[in-house]
Amino acid sequence: MTIAVPASDRKDLARHLLRSDSIVAQLLVVIALTIGLALIWDGAGQWPEAWTIPVKQWLSDLFRWLDKEATLGLFTVKELTRTIAWVLKQPLIWSEFLLWKSARVYKYLPIFWIFFACAVGFVVARRRDMKTAILSSLAILAVVTIDGFPFILESLAKALKTEPWVEPAALVGISQVPGYLLADVLGFREVKYVPWIAVVLGFGIFAHWVGGWRLATVVVLCMGYLAVTGLWRESMKTFSLVVVAVPFSAALGLWLGIWVTRSERAAAIITPMFDLMQATPHLAYLVPVVVMFGAGQVPALIATMIFAMPPMARCTILGIQTVPSDVVESGRMSGCTPRQLLWKVQLPASEKTLLLGLNQVIMQTLAMVVICSLVGAQGLGHKLLFSLQQLKLGFATMQGIAIVLMAVVLDRLTQAYANKASTHVHADEQSYLERHGHLIAFFAVLIISTIAVFYLRDVSILSRKYLWVTSKDALELDKVIKAITFEMIDYIKPVRDFITVYMLIPMRNMYQALPWSLVLAVLAIVSHRMGGCKLTAITVSLLFFVIVTIGNWEFATTTFYFVSTAAVICVLIGVPLGLWSARSERVAKVVMLVCDTLQTFPSFIYLLPAIMLFRVGELAIIFAIIPYATVPAIRFTYLGIKRIPPVTIEAARMNGATAWQRLWKVELPVAIPEIMLGVNQTIMMALAMTAITALIGGQDLGQEIYRALPTSDAGRGVMAGLGIASLGIIADRLINSWAVKRKRELGVG
Amino acid sequence: MPGDVKISCRNIWKVFGDDPKGFMTAHNGSPSSEALAAEGYIGAVRDVSFDVHAGEILIIMGLSGSGKSTVIRCITRLNDPTTGEIIFDGRDILAANDQEMIELRRHKMGMVFQNFGLLPHRNVLSNVAFPLEVQGIERGQREARAREMIELVGLGGREEYFPRELSGGQQQRVGIARSLAVEPDVWFLDEPFSALDPLIRAEMQDEFIRLQKLLKKTIVFITHDFEEAIKLADRIGIMKDGRLVQLSTPEEMVLNPADEYVTRFTENAPRGRIVSARAIMERAKGKPKKANGAGVPADAKIGEIAEQVLNSSKPVTVVDENGFALGAISRERMASALFARDGL
Repeated sequence: MTIAVPASDRKDLARHLLRSDSIVAQLLVVIALTIGLALIWDGAGQWPEAWTIPVKQWLSDLFRWLDKEATLGLFTVKELTRTIAWVLKQPLIWSEFLLWKSARVYKYLPIFWIFFACAVGFVVARRRDMKTAILSSLAILAVVTIDGFPFILESLAKALKTEPWVEPAALVGISQVPGYLLADVLGFREVKYVPWIAVVLGFGIFAHWVGGWRLATVVVLCMGYLAVTGLWRESMKTFSLVVVAVPFSAALGLWLGIWVTRSERAAAIITPMFDLMQATPHLAYLVPVVVMFGAGQVPALIATMIFAMPPMARCTILGIQTVPSDVVESGRMSGCTPRQLLWKVQLPASEKTLLLGLNQVIMQTLAMVVICSLVGAQGLGHKLLFSLQQLKLGFATMQGIAIVLMAVVLDRLTQAYANKASTHVHADEQSYLERHGHLIAFFAVLIISTIAVFYLRDVSILSRKYLWVTSKDALELDKVIKAITFEMIDYIKPVRDFITVYMLIPMRNMYQALPWSLVLAVLAIVSHRMGGCKLTAITVSLLFFVIVTIGNWEFATTTFYFVSTAAVICVLIGVPLGLWSARSERVAKVVMLVCDTLQTFPSFIYLLPAIMLFRVGELAIIFAIIPYATVPAIRFTYLGIKRIPPVTIEAARMNGATAWQRLWKVELPVAIPEIMLGVNQTIMMALAMTAITALIGGQDLGQEIYRALPTSDAGRGVMAGLGIASLGIIADRLINSWAVKRKRELGVG
Repeated sequence: MPGDVKISCRNIWKVFGDDPKGFMTAHNGSPSSEALAAEGYIGAVRDVSFDVHAGEILIIMGLSGSGKSTVIRCITRLNDPTTGEIIFDGRDILAANDQEMIELRRHKMGMVFQNFGLLPHRNVLSNVAFPLEVQGIERGQREARAREMIELVGLGGREEYFPRELSGGQQQRVGIARSLAVEPDVWFLDEPFSALDPLIRAEMQDEFIRLQKLLKKTIVFITHDFEEAIKLADRIGIMKDGRLVQLSTPEEMVLNPADEYVTRFTENAPRGRIVSARAIMERAKGKPKKANGAGVPADAKIGEIAEQVLNSSKPVTVVDENGFALGAISRERMASALFARDGL
């Protein structure tokens, strides 16, 4: 069949294609050449195994050497990691005592002294000034630490598995007195964790303080769910990790952010590192941590802290840099030293951005803590993983809901707090009760419930007979879900199999047949067109790095395949939804609420519906990615359209454009850079999610990380993680440079 | 009348670019406009010299991009000038180290900013007390001083308000109170009223005049509004493209504009309120004699005496403070002075 093209047009077309800067012509030539090359020589299609640079092996050896042999002069690396683990374990022990473990009174002494020091500091701060307050708190802690030093040494020695250096029994100082009084004089030998009623009501009271009755109701209902479904202890295990990880990540992020704004050299090193860290999927963090620190709560804490830190640093940098110059100059003219300027002007003035960073840290922490169940962290994630592996879908649903509710509570609370803290209202009209009522109520609840525990055990934790939803109910739910899905599978299965066999598998085969030389060449041409030589150098070298280190080119192409398929579907769903929201305020309200909620869910949760509907397999993987990665496509489309200056739209309407013409000829062309930034985010999120979907199959880079976990093969896991990160950075650089260029051409942003 | 020299700026250059210092050395310390453009440097301030006398209001006027804000930032060392010399109270402040600069700002300098520069997380009281707080002055003392300042600018009763709860004019009053809290020797105002509505602006200018009568500070005031400048200034410096085009009293500037550029500003100036009788009178010949009968004072602005002169058929005598006749103003002379005709 031929299409009749007028001769002159044909000539034009030929001339167009022959022009040296025609990208179509360049691509066609390159594709033909590389396919030809791959047909003649296999090595152009699959990178020859013999030529693979064994970076994986080197890394694994490096980690093994660090773990087994490396020394830093006075002590070995192993001892160093053990000491770090021990230090991090201390606050974790306390948060566990507080939330779900009972312990002897003596174990509480550190908490007691810290509270005591804080209380003294608080009083002094009120009476005198901050400096004296901090100094007096530190002085108390110093005295207690020196006094209790033998005990600390003993505990450290135990952690390092060596002989204690001092005999603690010889020294019993004042730091032990409160314990002695309570345990030996008054007879309180054991202290129970905080009763669930106190935690739930405590959350409620905090919610009321930051957001009024509505938020308080939501929060109490959500937290109540954790108690009445018998998941309280598991939830508190998760929460105890969050409680410790968040301050560490936030402090670390804050510090790094400050450093970046102060030193150009630090910025040059740290900023690209953050880019890499944010593009690296959660799972990849786990492998090296497991190798260095083993499995359990402390490694989970370490991985979580590292993973959740970058958003705080980014927000700190953004916050400090966007403080109006007038404000900074007024601070300098007031005679601030650089330190005063930072703590009294720059940081407080960027309060809102910093609190946004804190919110992100908390959400990332929760997401990571859940995933850390893969390295043996206890808590809700662990239970969920277990239920999923056994296909106990009823249990999984209950546990999944618990995680989601926890995420919602933490998100809403921190957001409400951020709003409250950054809108300052003068306090002169508030009564004493208005100012301190919440604190009084909280302590009242705490004291009453602590006493009530002695008379009614269920105040502490609900016993089985009071649970509203028991494991029997979960079993019932299990049956129901199974029955429904079995019913449905009759209908779903043919569809699933049809899509898989006739659409997905051919597509996958096509992707997997792509020669690396072709992908590299096409990337080079596209990069050059979008951002010039510098961009080309970055993207091509990144891809080349993946090709030569990955060992199996098919892992990369399979990842391409999952991500591109999912991203296309996300864009097809997200862009129209975004457009629709931009047209109607009512739709926008609903859609944005859904987006907000979806964004707070830990990524692990998205496996649940996918497994329910499709069990395992490729369709399930793509299905799990979609809800997670569609959100940015919707949001950026909506924002892109909304940010078009009203004048532009009005001008189009006055020129007589119909609604469709307005959309196609005005709104979309102007908004397209913003929409592409959304697509960029969609791709990044899809990449992160493919790593997690490794749990339900796939032969991609994510699977490589997952397989590396139990074998503690650090090199394999890290390199696969870096591979995913590299792909993400390539997409990010390409799209961003295009969007920035286009925005500049349009004169927006 | 002018007091001692408080600040003396000599040949200040502020050049932006890759290597400003090297560039300046390469061009012997005074590059031409062509050299700047050719090598991609921007001369924000170019060879500016002037003195500020104790107790005077010196206004630096210029349109945006003329370098006026950079000049004030060079004197306060918020930006360091590329080359030049600034003597503040007899000491070279470009040689001062960071700690000395902090001390200077804490005790000798106060500054008001165009967009107020208030700390959003602190209430009025705490904003005004801020410069005292960073000096380490104890709470009770600094808050007492802050309250005094708040009273002074007429914001008594609003101590607990946060900046976003105040109008623009009120916010700038806070800015003024804060800049005065440390009792500075020199008061810098960087377009303090430019962000305000015209009515509020006029009100704040009057407030400023009231405060200055009370405080008698040495003032460096930046504005882009020529009317504001002639209303408030003892002397005005006009800047264009980084250069100081003319520095003189408003009267001198209206009567003898240095060039075309200055003329364009002075053309529409309200001459009646600027020019004094002394400047336009026909000087009496010989030794001044005791005037007989009523005359107009020599320092009176011509706007005030216009009616008297225009209604009189004979030239009106101009007398000095001791009653000696210095000269006379005819009807015609007055008319051409008022309407800026040539021939004066």
